[in-house]
Amino acid sequence: MADEQTPKLSFWQKMLAIDRRAIFAFIFVALIFPLFFEISQEIPVSNDVRMLHEALEAIPDGALVLYSFDYDPPSAPELQPMAIAVIKAGLRKKWRMVYIGLWPQGPIQCDMAFRDAMLDERFKDLKLTYGTDYVNLGFQSGNEAVMQRMGSDIPGTFPRDFRGTPVAQLPIMNGIRNLGNFDFLINISSGYPGTREWVQFGVDRFGLPMVSGSTAVQTTEVSPYVGRQLKGLMGGMRGAAEYEQISNNPGRALKYMVGQSVAHVVVIFFIIVGNIAYFATRKRNQG
Amino acid sequence: MRREIPTAIAFFIGVVCIFQFFIPHWPFGTLVDTFSVWFQILQSFAIWLGALNLIKVSLEKSLDKRTHDRWYGWVVMAAFTLIFVVGMFFSGGRQFQEPGSEFDYLYRHLFTPLSSTMFALLAFYVASASYRAFRARTREATLLLIAAFIVMLGRAPIGDQMIAFVPEGYRLSDMASWIMTYPQIAGQRAIMIGIALGIISASMRLILGLERSYLGSE
Amino acid sequence: MSGWEIFGIWLAALLTLGILTFLYKDNPFYKFCEAFYVGLSAGYWVVSYFWQNLVPYVYDPLKAGIESFGATTILWSQFLAIAPLVLGVMMLARLVPSVGWISRWPLAFVVGYTAGLRMITFLQSNVMTQLQNSVEPVVRMSASGEFMFWETFNVLLVTLGTFAGLLYFYFSKEHKGAFGTISRIGTWFLMVTFGAAFGYTVMGRMSLLIGRIDFLMADWLHIIR
Repeated sequence: MADEQTPKLSFWQKMLAIDRRAIFAFIFVALIFPLFFEISQEIPVSNDVRMLHEALEAIPDGALVLYSFDYDPPSAPELQPMAIAVIKAGLRKKWRMVYIGLWPQGPIQCDMAFRDAMLDERFKDLKLTYGTDYVNLGFQSGNEAVMQRMGSDIPGTFPRDFRGTPVAQLPIMNGIRNLGNFDFLINISSGYPGTREWVQFGVDRFGLPMVSGSTAVQTTEVSPYVGRQLKGLMGGMRGAAEYEQISNNPGRALKYMVGQSVAHVVVIFFIIVGNIAYFATRKRNQG
Repeated sequence: MRREIPTAIAFFIGVVCIFQFFIPHWPFGTLVDTFSVWFQILQSFAIWLGALNLIKVSLEKSLDKRTHDRWYGWVVMAAFTLIFVVGMFFSGGRQFQEPGSEFDYLYRHLFTPLSSTMFALLAFYVASASYRAFRARTREATLLLIAAFIVMLGRAPIGDQMIAFVPEGYRLSDMASWIMTYPQIAGQRAIMIGIALGIISASMRLILGLERSYLGSE
Repeated sequence: MSGWEIFGIWLAALLTLGILTFLYKDNPFYKFCEAFYVGLSAGYWVVSYFWQNLVPYVYDPLKAGIESFGATTILWSQFLAIAPLVLGVMMLARLVPSVGWISRWPLAFVVGYTAGLRMITFLQSNVMTQLQNSVEPVVRMSASGEFMFWETFNVLLVTLGTFAGLLYFYFSKEHKGAFGTISRIGTWFLMVTFGAAFGYTVMGRMSLLIGRIDFLMADWLHIIR
């Protein structure tokens, strides 16, 4: 009796009612297999990344460059490859690098990226002295307040480095008073505080030229800054992969591109199937 | 006076911060530098306030026998105590984040996988939500979908591989780049300007004391 | 790799899988991991802020000031750190409902400071410069003086799109007639923007998951390099 009263669901109605755990399992399995493959051909490089690469290559050897690492571990798959690639640019061009973080985890991520960058064969004979060639000043709370203070007094804003050493004892900090002493700013950012705040304070207030590496979610929000305010932008894992390719530093981002392709195809497939199922059942109900 | 004094404080601080953009010299520049230090210190206290409140709520939950799942309150406090004690007393003080320290170990093997996986869950939900909710019901929704498809396929290598016969300059990656460089920028710029105008007016209301909801009730 | 490192990787993998079990359904293993994460996160932030902010900005100046009492010059300026310390303690008073009202003072300080800074920075960076970027010479000519159609079309598209999008957000006038048509065009540009934002959001979220799966397959199980 119950079977006679319960209407039989069509294929598309069953598709609409599918348990979401089946979708989760499909996604998980679909993303495992691409990790066994690596991309074999070059990917086209976008204009924003090309501009970023040209801007970094134009910085002279030995320049004083400020890096701000404003992200945490959840964003590391996208941003850590960027961090490694831009640090390698600094190592190659022998910049004097000052690393800071406006997120508590930023300096730790920076430290990890630096150690990964130094594993590159090209830098194995590089003799760098911490405190003279590069320094990690650590994290400071305050968001825009930190940038505001750095505009006038960097030693006061970062009285000690990541390891607790007073900055007065670090040779690289000699002569660094404020943001105006830096030649360039490289920001790796996943939210607030990050790219937007650096544009507002570092670029527009204190005139520091800047490029940014940003998570995919934030990329569309900061893309209007590219041109007058940002000299270049790496957006998400694709941006990281493009920069790895153009700077000849193949790394994890390029490796993950196959997985990214599969993920996008899977989501588009789900959207198309969902829409077909929706319109098919709607037609059935109207009919 | 419980509301008047804070309103006056907000007004004074806000006006000084605005003035220092135009007169960066003494006294405004000096005052804002001092206020910036205080702001940084207050942010630390705000974090401590949040943590202490969490401990207070977790303790209340753990001790209330009527609360279901009250045992997890003890887990919260235990985790907090673990990293607090290790970070404050067993990781070398100011060098607490030095690679190889005990705090660094907890960061790499506990904090990082937990925080990363929490956010990685979003990938599953974005796919599931796309399947269930993303419908091309109207022309605008269809335009949104088409733009999303082109950008997603264009920003992944598979987009160009799928239509490799198409000449360079007209492939999906080129179409995605064009969308990101022109129409997307136009819309994003409009949103950015609109939000900025809203922030400016809200800031003015806060400084002038017209908006005092942040002070709570009487 | 040391025994502690291997133990750490296994711990990380178990916690990762614990969070992922939520996808099947809510369960005690997930709840444990979630509660553990909440406590760990709070503790992490407290320790970080203490050593990297409170100690250099409050403890060090006050210590230098107190130590200067034995020297020839007393560093009175170091005692300025007492003011934010008092404000901070006032903020903590929020935990006690009977004196919670006193936290309004530091809160007002934070609100006034942020509002004052943001008002001008957003005006400069997000309004004035963006308007400047939108108002560019529309007619584009090459170096040899040839008219560049597609460049001109693109710049016109951005300028008109920005204007139309802004007009859409003006709700003080009914969207009818010519105004309505332009705001409708603005809607189309906004739809393209949201579509691109959705595409990038999918890209971003999937990247996070790929990173986690890579950790499980490479660092934990050593199935891939």
